[in-house]
Amino acid sequence: MTILQIKQVSKRFGGLQALTAVTFEVAEGQILGLIGPNGAGKTTLFNVINGIFAPEEGQIIFRQEEITGQKPYYLARKGLARTHQIVRPLKELTVQQNVIVGACFGRENQALAQAAKTANEVLALVGLAERAAQLAGSLNVAQKKRLELARALAGKPYLLLLDEVLAGLNPTEVSAMLETIQLIRAQGITIIMIEHIMHAVMSLSDTIVVLNYGQLIAQGLPHEIAHNPAVIEAYLGDPKLAERLLQA
Amino acid sequence: MSFLPALVDGLCIGFVYGLAAMGLTLIFGVLRVVNLAHGSMITLGMFGLYLLSTHLNLNPYLALVLVAVLGLGSGMLIYYLALHRTMNAPHLSSLLATFAVNMILVGIGTATFSTSARNLDFALGSFHYGEGAISGQRLVAVFATLGVTSGLYLFLAYTSTGKYIRAVANNRYAAELVGIPSTSILALSFGLGTMLAAIAGGLIATFLPFTILAGGVYELKSFVICVLGGLGNPLGALLGGLILGVLEGFLPFFLPNLPNTWIPVLEFGLFVVILLFRPSGLLGAKQ
Amino acid sequence: MKRWQNSGLWLMLALLLVGGLWPAFTHNQANREMVYTILLSIVLASSLNIMLGYTGYVSFGHVVFFGLGGYVGMFLLHNHHFPLWSAALAGGIAAGLLAFLLGKAILRLRGAFFALATIGINEAIRALINNLTLFGGPAGISLNFNIYKDYGGAGEALWLVYYATLFLALATIFLSYAIKTSKFGLGLLAIREDEEAAEVIGIVTPRAKTWAYVLSAFIPGIVGVLFFFKNGNIEPSDAFRLHFSIEMLVMIMLGGQGTVLGPLLGATGYQFLRGFLLTNSFFKDIQLAVAGFLLLIIVLFIPAGAVGWLKRRFTLLQEVLP
Repeated sequence: MTILQIKQVSKRFGGLQALTAVTFEVAEGQILGLIGPNGAGKTTLFNVINGIFAPEEGQIIFRQEEITGQKPYYLARKGLARTHQIVRPLKELTVQQNVIVGACFGRENQALAQAAKTANEVLALVGLAERAAQLAGSLNVAQKKRLELARALAGKPYLLLLDEVLAGLNPTEVSAMLETIQLIRAQGITIIMIEHIMHAVMSLSDTIVVLNYGQLIAQGLPHEIAHNPAVIEAYLGDPKLAERLLQA
Repeated sequence: MSFLPALVDGLCIGFVYGLAAMGLTLIFGVLRVVNLAHGSMITLGMFGLYLLSTHLNLNPYLALVLVAVLGLGSGMLIYYLALHRTMNAPHLSSLLATFAVNMILVGIGTATFSTSARNLDFALGSFHYGEGAISGQRLVAVFATLGVTSGLYLFLAYTSTGKYIRAVANNRYAAELVGIPSTSILALSFGLGTMLAAIAGGLIATFLPFTILAGGVYELKSFVICVLGGLGNPLGALLGGLILGVLEGFLPFFLPNLPNTWIPVLEFGLFVVILLFRPSGLLGAKQ
Repeated sequence: MKRWQNSGLWLMLALLLVGGLWPAFTHNQANREMVYTILLSIVLASSLNIMLGYTGYVSFGHVVFFGLGGYVGMFLLHNHHFPLWSAALAGGIAAGLLAFLLGKAILRLRGAFFALATIGINEAIRALINNLTLFGGPAGISLNFNIYKDYGGAGEALWLVYYATLFLALATIFLSYAIKTSKFGLGLLAIREDEEAAEVIGIVTPRAKTWAYVLSAFIPGIVGVLFFFKNGNIEPSDAFRLHFSIEMLVMIMLGGQGTVLGPLLGATGYQFLRGFLLTNSFFKDIQLAVAGFLLLIIVLFIPAGAVGWLKRRFTLLQEVLP
């Protein structure tokens, strides 16, 4: 089933055309990598899907329902969750409370008691179980990223938007996070991930969409993208590098 | 009262309103702080001028210079004592801190001076034009505002300190990284903002009666003007001030039976309407 | 039902009850008045805490609900001979309704702008009522002294108001705890921490904030009717005193914002302090300045208030103090 359809989505901020007629589909259970140079409009696209901005043109269809321009909180109820590029922990609440919030207000609209159980499961999945009683503000960056992920997962989403979830992590932390993402996919959750760490995106994604200056310049399988001249010119720079990344 | 005098009077006072609002908007632009002690700084200017010229028999405009210095010094002192610690805390802290300072100053002021009205016995004659007349003090106030505004502009644009201020306003962290002493710049900026407020208060005192609580009334006007003109935009503040002054001047034409107590209510209504429908103001706010 | 087994809550309610019943045992009117002021403050501070401490929205104009509720109640008491109970309830409902309508307009504003808007609303409502002959204009509404006969005489009426206020103080603390430990309350805390993130997580922020505002207005409306009934008279200048709002703010900050115990402690502490200041001739005139100074010290050095300080110092208390 196609879980998400982006049809001719355009977004303008004053004089800046951030997105132009972006069109692609995401199949259920996939991991779709969204890449492109900085400023290409990737986070803007997430913001449009997520309901933070309404597009000037175009439609977004989630599980056969049009959701264009609907507010983020309603979309969370429908099973669309998202993490942020710069993490936003609820600092004065504990790690556990943060995740409980996710469970309470997500798709299943759980009551506090049930949400606590969900929170414990999800914290175990992301490896933050021992830190449950710690204040979210006291975690380090890697832990905060995991918390943000846990909070999004607790809402039992159908579709998860990950915005540079690997940014700022050292190689060990990156490997650990990649394993966690695999576990999430195994649960049947569809993932769209914005990422700059090429070996991660290339190895993990089923398909890739490339944006440049707000336009979709390529989409396809990872090895097709790596050989695509437009992508190489815009983003990867060196074709040989692209090959090596694919093999990594 | 006929059209032209209403317009002229409105513009005259509009300039002074704009000056006061400029102080508020400058502080917001550089420190990202809403100065809830703005009103007491205006009152400081009013009473400062009053005391200096009645008790020391100084020419009011000479006293105004001293008032400006007093405004600058008070502002910097307030920054170091009350605001500095809140700069990296949540916005609520700086809001409550300036609010608390206002309470302290108004409390002490009311206890010292009571709430009775004061008046500066001072007249500079008037200039007649066609059907109306402007008092000399209002005219001087307009020129003083223009003078201070130009001075501020030149300072910010051409001196190195001015450039530091603009740097800190733009990106405090980056400014620190290149070696700009942000604390002193922040203190100076706050002081400049309160100085403008004090000067405006002093100018108002030369042609209107005032009480210890008058600052609060002008504070609300300053807030309306700032959002009207665009927060953080000094030129917007001046423009907004002129617009508000003219609107006030014309109010008796449209609503002749409206008691004075309704004016702040209307201004507040304007404030909420602007914030809801055009929060960036007319000339665009600082992002 | 672990939620209702918090010993801190029951201890607090018990102490409040004992403290509140103490003037009843001593039959001392002066004591009763002092405790009454504290109880009133507890109601108002705890209610405001729902907006300030839980949701993170600073309101400088909370007194408007006290005043408007009072006016509606007094109007019904005087002009339509409602019994006190229904008049008080009507006052609460009117205050809640005002909060609901206002919320639609101003809850979209953030931070300082919301705060300023609340001041403006207080001033606007005061000006409006000042010009409304229906509510007696500047002279307000004065109750006919005979009205107290329906309640067993003036003395009995005062005790009635007192017990009702004690009940409302207990109810407010209970409500505060119930909100804080509920899913709704968790949503408010999330809004306080990061409103945009809260929206992405799924909290319907406009609805949550409006409900918080309405809940924070309801009991002050009721208690306002009782206050002015006791007073015998209500005037615009009394009903919408900004100073009162500010004191509520100081009480919350003093005790510890965002906690259930904080406003209770803060209200009690502040009223004791104020009592001392008022009897001291030097401090009487600079009351506002002293309150401001206190607020400044708290904001700069102990922003978490007394409860926050206690929790940090004695980490064992973290579990117990709600």
